Amino acid sequence: MRTPMATDYSFPDNAARAAAAADEFQPEKMSLSMGPSHPSTHGVLRLQMELDGETVTKADPVVGYLHRGDEKIAENMTYNQFVPYTDRLDYLAPLANNMAYAIAVERLAGLEVPPRCQAIRVITAEMARISSHLMGLGAFGLDVGAWTVLLYTLEEREKLYKLFEELTGARFTTSYTRIGGVTRDVPEGWLGRVNAFCDQFLPILEEILRLLTRNKIFMDRTVDVGVISKTDALAYGLTGPNLRGSGVALDLRKDKPYSGYEQYEFDVPVGTTGDCYDRYLVRGEEMRQSVRILRQAIAKFPEGPWYATDARRIFAPPKDKVMTSMEELIQNFMLVTEGPQMPPGEVYFEAENPKGILGFYVVSKGGGVPYRLKIRSPSFCNLSILPKACVGILISDVVAILGSLDFVMGECDR
Amino acid sequence: MVTANTELGYNTKVEGGVVVSRADAVINWIRTNSMWPMPMGLACCAIELMAVGGARFDISRFGAEVMRFSPRQSDCMIVAGTVTYKMAPQVRRIYDQMAAPKWVIAMGACASSGGMYRSYATLQGVDRIVPVDVYVSGCPPRPEALLDALVKLQEKVKREPAARRLLSA
Amino acid sequence: MSAEFVTAFKSRFPMAVDRASADHPAFNLPYDEVVPALRFLRDQWGFELLMDLTAIDGGPGTEPRFTVVYHLLAPNRGATYVRIAAPCAGPEDEPAAPSVVGLWPGANWHERECWDMFGIRFDGHPDLRRILMWDGYPYHPLRKEFPLAGVETDLPVADIQEETGTRVVAAPMAGGPFVASTGEVNLTEAEPRALDQSWSDRRVQPGQTPLRQVKE
Repeated sequence: MRTPMATDYSFPDNAARAAAAADEFQPEKMSLSMGPSHPSTHGVLRLQMELDGETVTKADPVVGYLHRGDEKIAENMTYNQFVPYTDRLDYLAPLANNMAYAIAVERLAGLEVPPRCQAIRVITAEMARISSHLMGLGAFGLDVGAWTVLLYTLEEREKLYKLFEELTGARFTTSYTRIGGVTRDVPEGWLGRVNAFCDQFLPILEEILRLLTRNKIFMDRTVDVGVISKTDALAYGLTGPNLRGSGVALDLRKDKPYSGYEQYEFDVPVGTTGDCYDRYLVRGEEMRQSVRILRQAIAKFPEGPWYATDARRIFAPPKDKVMTSMEELIQNFMLVTEGPQMPPGEVYFEAENPKGILGFYVVSKGGGVPYRLKIRSPSFCNLSILPKACVGILISDVVAILGSLDFVMGECDR
Repeated sequence: MVTANTELGYNTKVEGGVVVSRADAVINWIRTNSMWPMPMGLACCAIELMAVGGARFDISRFGAEVMRFSPRQSDCMIVAGTVTYKMAPQVRRIYDQMAAPKWVIAMGACASSGGMYRSYATLQGVDRIVPVDVYVSGCPPRPEALLDALVKLQEKVKREPAARRLLSA
Repeated sequence: MSAEFVTAFKSRFPMAVDRASADHPAFNLPYDEVVPALRFLRDQWGFELLMDLTAIDGGPGTEPRFTVVYHLLAPNRGATYVRIAAPCAGPEDEPAAPSVVGLWPGANWHERECWDMFGIRFDGHPDLRRILMWDGYPYHPLRKEFPLAGVETDLPVADIQEETGTRVVAAPMAGGPFVASTGEVNLTEAEPRALDQSWSDRRVQPGQTPLRQVKE
């Protein structure tokens, strides 16, 4: 075990900083605002930087350009109504968000979904991980000058989208889970098609990674650039591939398994130096591991119900029953109008999402509406290291760091 | 691309392959087929916007694949995603920096009307900030819908009195 | 580990009161004990990751009105969590909490978010500015008395507001959002009805105090 971290951090207060800034005033420094509309800020991040020549001396990220008020909205609607909003948090991996939210609320209700539902959720979440990492790699390549990768990864994502569409009806705003289950069972033959996707995907993945892994330009741009030490990564609350790239083997799928992840064999890739290149390698390997999980999940896909059959006031009854039976009709009506009934209490659940650990803190006072719902978004925490990571480096390296952190502003700003 | 609207005429009496047409038709023909978008990718719709640029949907068939993040080089702003009040001034500023002629496509429910984000932070429709030419429904719209919007915009541009505007400007 | 940990923590911090929780060990702590307790947890029990820092608004008139909630994760001890909650000190208008930026620099943005959304002042925070809303936004949106639709204010940039004639206005709710009541279910009362948001367009709801703007 590592020695516990025993550093305390000191920060100057506002007045001291103003005084220091006045002392250090150097007229040749230039201030540069990068974003909120900039190709390498992946959305609407803005970096307010101070430059000395081409070296960054200070970086102040400005977030919030996509703050849409998700948490306030959540306080004003029933639990199932909020599912579509979780799609739009990390819009590169909506199915994983759906699952994290559903499990959080199910923990609140003390509900356990049947194995088949868990397997469906694992399959969709791992597919979401592949699709998110593909976009992450493609955009990273694009940022450091390798345009081809994005075209390859977009093509693979289209194949995934086709599968998502068949399963959920939408390309990526899926809204697939419900509290206590999923919207519908997997279509016939769908698992076979997922398997076929895995078979053809692995060679293409190798091809994609070959475009970057030993690429001279890519290595020059990323090796030993943006090194984040283990201590820093923990202190700033980095999670996901960014934390594992820094050498901390924290993967909640392994360490605190949920939704039946303990049944599957997979490895957790860990970086050694914590530079941009390591984070890239970790993402590449995670996709291979996701394929491994997908194959196992499909091989032992359980029979049985795909929603919690005993959750009468939480999961909607089958549609044919609603149309024919009075009791189910009433039940459906109550569920739609009042929402799934939850006991008072509070839960905090975290899931290992592609971008990092996504947490939902649900405070309930009973009834069908959360009293408070806090979304712990991985991108928000991952970005908070920027003021530290972006100092003393070249401005072109800032682009590489942003690409390697692989953030999504929809989730960061909520 | 020769359409009924292009009004090409070929006079056999003039030698040297001269084609006679209206100035409007020629200018609009050029504009419609090289409409460089300014991808104002704000949220989820930006992912579909990238998909449109990918191989399967291939927006370059319509002459609009050159995504330019520099507003000076672009003709058509595609507002893809939720415009928040914090972002709205920046959207307007980029629109102001685009050189005329310029057009705006509001892609998706959020950009068109605020969509599902009825909240304190969200601008309820980008048309409160910039004039919009084409609205695309969907959350997010399918790539085909964006292509359709582009074709609709091209049809609209073809009807514009381009020459008169150029002379009076 | 859990029982051992709970006894060790409670013997070290006798002021800690068990907090009702459906999942992880949870404690309520007074203002002064928060920083020592979190340092103890970080250094002695391996809770190295501050996963989340947020606040809960109990609603106008409740005592204490704001509670700051910390979630810590111990990555090496089987990924266990602990939840620490601390009611804010100070009057209802100006709640205050101790800053933990000295323990985890990552708390910086979380505390800025809490200030932005709830107006909780974090004593000792190096740079308490708004983070999600723009500088100069006059309200704290996640407070319970703030309407979801928003309140009419100025746009962040004055010249754009002048040019476009657009202001921040209350979002049209069209009779919605339709909300079931929170709390224990009483079927008659729980029937969802449109929240009365008519007061968001410049009228004050009967029996409610008008929104206070942030003092600068």
